[in-house]
This record gives sequence, structure tokens and C-alpha cells, in this order.
Amino acid sequence: MEVLSFLIPISLFLGVVGLVAFVWTVRSNQYDDPEGDARRILSDTYDDHPAEDDPTDR
Amino acid sequence: MSTTDFETGAAACPGCSMASVAAQHARRQADDQDETILVSLPTIHCAACINTVEQGLLALPHVKDARVNLTRKRATVHADPGTDPADIVTDVERLGYEAHLLDAATLSGDAADRAGRDLLMRLAVAGFASMNVMLLSVAVWSGAEGATRDLFHWISAAIVMPAVAFSAQPFFRNAWTALRAGHLNMDVPISLAILLALVTSLWETSLSGEHAYFDAAMALTFFLLTGRYLDHRTRSVARSAARELAALEVPKAWRVGSDGDEKVDVSTLSVGDHVRVHPGARMPVDGEIAEGTSELDRSLLTGETVPVYVEPGRPVSAGEVNLTGPLVIRATAVGRDTSLHRMADLVAIAESGRSRYTSLADKAAKLYAPGVHILSALAFVGWLLYSGDLRVALNIAAAVLIITCPCALGLAVPAVTTAASGRLFRHGLLIKNATALERLAQVDTVVFDKTGTLTAGTPVLTNLDAMPPHDLQIALALAEGSAHPLSKALALAARDAGVTPAEVIDITEVPGHGTEGTWQGRTVRLGRAAWVEGGASAQTAAWLRVGDDAPRPFLFSDRLRDGAAETVAALKQSGLRVLLMSGDSSQAVGSLAETLGIDDWTAEALPADKAARIEALHADGAKVLMVGDGLNDTAALTAAHASISPASALDAARVASDIVLLGSTLAPLPEAVRTAGRSMRRIRENFTVATWYNIIAVPLAVAGLCSPLIAALAMSASSITVSLNALRVR
Repeated sequence: MEVLSFLIPISLFLGVVGLVAFVWTVRSNQYDDPEGDARRILSDTYDDHPAEDDPTDR
Repeated sequence: MSTTDFETGAAACPGCSMASVAAQHARRQADDQDETILVSLPTIHCAACINTVEQGLLALPHVKDARVNLTRKRATVHADPGTDPADIVTDVERLGYEAHLLDAATLSGDAADRAGRDLLMRLAVAGFASMNVMLLSVAVWSGAEGATRDLFHWISAAIVMPAVAFSAQPFFRNAWTALRAGHLNMDVPISLAILLALVTSLWETSLSGEHAYFDAAMALTFFLLTGRYLDHRTRSVARSAARELAALEVPKAWRVGSDGDEKVDVSTLSVGDHVRVHPGARMPVDGEIAEGTSELDRSLLTGETVPVYVEPGRPVSAGEVNLTGPLVIRATAVGRDTSLHRMADLVAIAESGRSRYTSLADKAAKLYAPGVHILSALAFVGWLLYSGDLRVALNIAAAVLIITCPCALGLAVPAVTTAASGRLFRHGLLIKNATALERLAQVDTVVFDKTGTLTAGTPVLTNLDAMPPHDLQIALALAEGSAHPLSKALALAARDAGVTPAEVIDITEVPGHGTEGTWQGRTVRLGRAAWVEGGASAQTAAWLRVGDDAPRPFLFSDRLRDGAAETVAALKQSGLRVLLMSGDSSQAVGSLAETLGIDDWTAEALPADKAARIEALHADGAKVLMVGDGLNDTAALTAAHASISPASALDAARVASDIVLLGSTLAPLPEAVRTAGRSMRRIRENFTVATWYNIIAVPLAVAGLCSPLIAALAMSASSITVSLNALRVR
């Protein structure tokens, strides 16, 4: 059962990584235009003017 | 992102095109003085659309940056200072997309939807914690014992305590507010269940007990937050779309000053100011005409379709549309004092009456909250008397609270309304009010307004065939010299029929009267009956007079709105009573009613008559759905049980109605009524499902047979069943 002392911290750590990643995506406005982003990735022109913060979102 | 970041990022990209370098260059120069212009693009739908619009706008010299948001169907453009936003709209339209200017000031209100983001964070933390705790609990359920079980319980406690402290705050706060005001709401039993479960679990854990409800408390928080979040999202989508509709009317006016005209915000106008109103523009304030003659379209205010002739000295009201000549008006009432706003205020008063409607969820909560408390208190007292053991009694009381906790109930309504409003939104309907769906489901009578609702509000020529060809040619030449709606309709119809314009020279528009020109040395006039000495006509007409010949009338009727006939037929077929009420003349209303097959119609109704009629219908026990667009409908829209207005309606009417029709067709209406009925059935089913879970699990809990495993199963199973059932509405 000593293995638990590794496994539990590891699983918790991974969970926290996921949580922090999610919080980061929310904070950096990555859900502002999900539909547009889903389509832009298929476009072959280089997206050289990425989204700024929406002025209405401040 | 700083400029340097941007440059290094670009250098790292080998495929950068010239266009992108130019765009970066422009971007670098972008500063705060730039004009930020928001444009609504209702028709964009694909990657190619994004590209066309963005590249097309970036190619313009005065545009520094353009970004399309496909989800909101909106583009944000940064342009040189002094760029006229209207030019950007024209540019986008040239690219082949419908575009409308949005007022950034009106939109800036929806700041980040902070509340939504806040809920989402709490939901994420609750989800993370409940997953981890569930994993630990599975080990305990499958037979972990002694020190291992204690360890797992302590780890669970360490995860759950901070997670609950963060995630469950909205419930605690609401419960506290309710308790302080001295009444119970859904959040009181929720908070009590979470707290009691935590306290007994901690106590159990410290005594190396077998049962801990950490997982249940966490899962409860997670499911309930999901319900809250869905609910919030539906509302905020509706709210932001409603705000976007409001932003479509950019409140600017041209004030006549000593050194020319200046464009100012309507809110800065004061009484006595002179305001220039160009043809096609709406009156920003109430006033009196100081200069110019023209015709006014008052259909949004009164329902009349025929334009009214005005001259200096005549009063005008805010909201009327100037048709032909430029006018200068002297403001007599501005801002909140205008007749437009007074109407809106009336609506606000009437609105407070409607909020008396109690939703199904509230009714359920009213029954539910006290029941839960009494039940768990009884279980606690009963077990305390029976066993004399406080620990056992507390444990059982916590189990009862957790089992009965309105997890499924909290999801039952939001999940269904989210699914239903999503479905209706795809069909072009925007639900503005939280209880609108419920009220719409109960409707048995539909009252339509005529002008602008059943009709499109644009005239069509009806007697083209009866006109001699050379008259048509002259009329076409004259009509093309004017922007009056009747002229435009005439020109369109004549062009479609293959008529070529006659050679008419010296065409001049006489504002408020018509157009005049010279054809083969004779004076030709197209315009109002009085001006060309024409006769009287019951229908809307423009008269053509060639030289001294007798004038001939061109007759117009209002075009039916797309889908109007089908909608009326479908509504009647589904057993609803359909009525027509209008402020227009009885001949116009009667002929429309006949076309559509509506037997019960009222003409020349004043705003108060409409509202009174609806009150009378209510008194007879009918539940009325009012569909209208004009200012004269607002009182009726508010008085009705449920109300719908098209997006083309005046702001005041849209504010008054529960549901806004986004497209130009009425066709989604029967579908809306059906969907509303179906979602109400789903909500009832969900309540039944939740109740059955309780009926099965509560006796177990009261008998002390409910282990944390059963609690977790019952809770998750009921929540998932309810959500899946809700998805069937989509």
C-alpha cells in the first residue's frame, strides 16, 4: 500500500494541472468565439491579427 | 501583447505574406484615438465569410484592424480617427454581406459577463474536486478498511473543505439573504444539506467512522452549480442579444448650430434646439416643424400605412420617419419627456404586473423547501428519541437532507429552458423573459397587429396592368428621381415589368408633394392627390398627371410579411383562436383579414382599445399571445399573457415583449408555440422523475439504511436522467 503515497499526490497533481489549464483558458478569453475559432483553424491563410480583447468585454 | 512580442512572433513565421506584414504595420500604429466600430453581420456563417470580410476591410487604407467574431456574428473594426462608421457598413455590404452598425456605448454594458465567468470557475473547481473525491470514495465503497479508509476520508476532507468554501458560495449567500429576510428558498435546504453533511462527515472521520458524505456534498454542489450555470447562460445570451438589438439604433442627431450642422448624441439635445432630420431618418425628439415640408411615416406609432403630409408649424413625435424632404424641427420635448419614452414608461408600470406570474419552479420550491426541513428534522428527533445517540441521529438527518436535496429539481427547469431556447434561437426566436416559455405554452388565443407585423410595411403596386404604357414610362422616369417608398415601389414594379423610362427632363422633387418634370414640353407630375388635383382614393395612391390631362392613380397595397398566411393557417389548425387588431382603416384591415382567413378583426383601434380588448379576453378566461410591433401595441403587448414582436419593431415594443422574432418571416411562430408546449411537458416529466427518486430513496434514508453509496447513486442517476430528458427538446 506504500504505492498510495505516490499515486494519490500524482493524481491530485494531474487534476490540479487540468484545473489550472481550464482557468487559464477562461481568463484568456478563449471561449469568446468558439465557432469562429473552429473554422479559422481550417483556413489556410495565416491568422496574423489574432483576437484582441473584445472592447465590449472589458 | 507588446509590439516587440509581435515582431518576434512574426519573424518566426516563414509563411508570412506581404498582406500580413502590412497588417502588422497597421496594428503597430493602432492607438487609443482610433475609431472603434462594431458591425453586426447577421448573414456570415463560414470560414470563407470570415476571410472575405477581414481581408476586404483590411485592404481599405483607413482600416487598421478588423476581427470577425463568428459566434456573435459581429465584427470589431479599428479605423483612423474621423472615419464615418456608416462607410464601414457600406464597405461590408459591398463585400456581399448584410451589415448593421452597432452602438458601442450601448453594448459596453455587458461587461465580460463577470457573473457567468465567476460561476464557470466555481463549477470547474467543484467538478475537479468531485471527480477526485469520487475516486477516493470508490475505494472506500469497494471495501477499504481501517487506516486506509481513514486516510482516504481525511484526504477527501482536505479536498472538499476548500472546494466547498469556494464553489458553494452562491448558495450560502442566497440562503443567508433569504433567511435574513425571514423566508425560505431553495438555497436554504441546499446550504443546510452541504454544511450538515460536511460537519457529520468530519465528526465521523475523526471517530474513524464508516460513513462519510464528502463525495455527496461535493457532487451536490457540482450538479446544482451546473443548473445555475445553464440558467445564467440562457439568460445572458438573451440579454446580450436584446442589448444588441437596442444597439442597432444609433442615437445620433444633427443639431443646427450657428456654424453649420453638427452630429451629436440624442441625449445631449435640449428643448428649443433646432434639429435637422434627413429623409429616411427617424425623429429623435418631439417637436414642431420649423422649416421644410415633407411626408411622415407614422405607421410604427399609429398603425396607419398612408404617409401624412406635414408643413411648418405641425407637431411631430419622436419615432416618426421622415420620408421625402429635409426638415428642421424645433425640439419641444427631449429624452425622457418625449412621447416615445412616456409610452415606454407606461410599459414599465404594466410590466410590474406581469412579474406576479409564479413559475413552475417557484411553485415547486414553495412546496418543497419546508417539506425537506420538516422531514429531516422529524428523522433527527425520531432517531434521537429511539436510540438516544446524537451521532446516529445527526448522521441520518444529514442523509435525509442529501437525498431530498433538489439536485434534479435544480436541473429540471434550467436544462429544459436551455435546450428549448437554443432550439428556438436556431429558428430565429429570442426568448427575453425567464418565464416566457411557460406562459407561451398556456396560450389559446393569438392577437395580431396588422401594419409591420402581418404586413411587411413596404407598399407594392397593384394596378400596373391597368396603366397605359406611355404613362408607365413617364411615371417610371419620375419615380426614379425620388426616394419616397411609393416611388421606389413603383420603380421596382415597372422595371420588373420591363418598362423603360421616358425621356423626362428637369426632374425635381418637391418635398411633401411629389416629383415634377418636363416631358415633350409638357409638365408632368407624380405625387399626392391634392397636389396634382386628383380625386380621392380609399387605397394608398400616387397620382400621375401629364400636362392638363386627367390625373391617373397608381394604387398600392401593403405587402404581406413572409410566412404570414402559413403562420395564421398553422395556428388555426393547431386549435388556437386568431384575432386581428389594427389602428388602420377598416377597409385595409378587412381586406387583409379576408386574405388571411381571419374572421374576428377590429380596425381603427386606439392603443388603449387594444389593451382593453386583451383585458376583456383575459377576463373571459383566455390566455392571449399578442404579436405586434408598433408603439400603439406596447400597452397590448404588456397586457397580454405572452407577447412577441419582430426585430424591426420600435425599441419600446421590443422591450415590452417577451420574445423577439429575429428574421423577417413569421414562419417560426407556430413552431415556437409547439416547442413551448413540449418543453413544459418535459419540465413536468422531470419533476415526476425527481419526485420518484425521492419517494424511493427517502424511506431508506429515514430508516437509516442509506449508505453514502446509495446517496451518490440516487443523486447522480436522477440528475443525469433529468438532463437527458431535457435534451430531447433540442
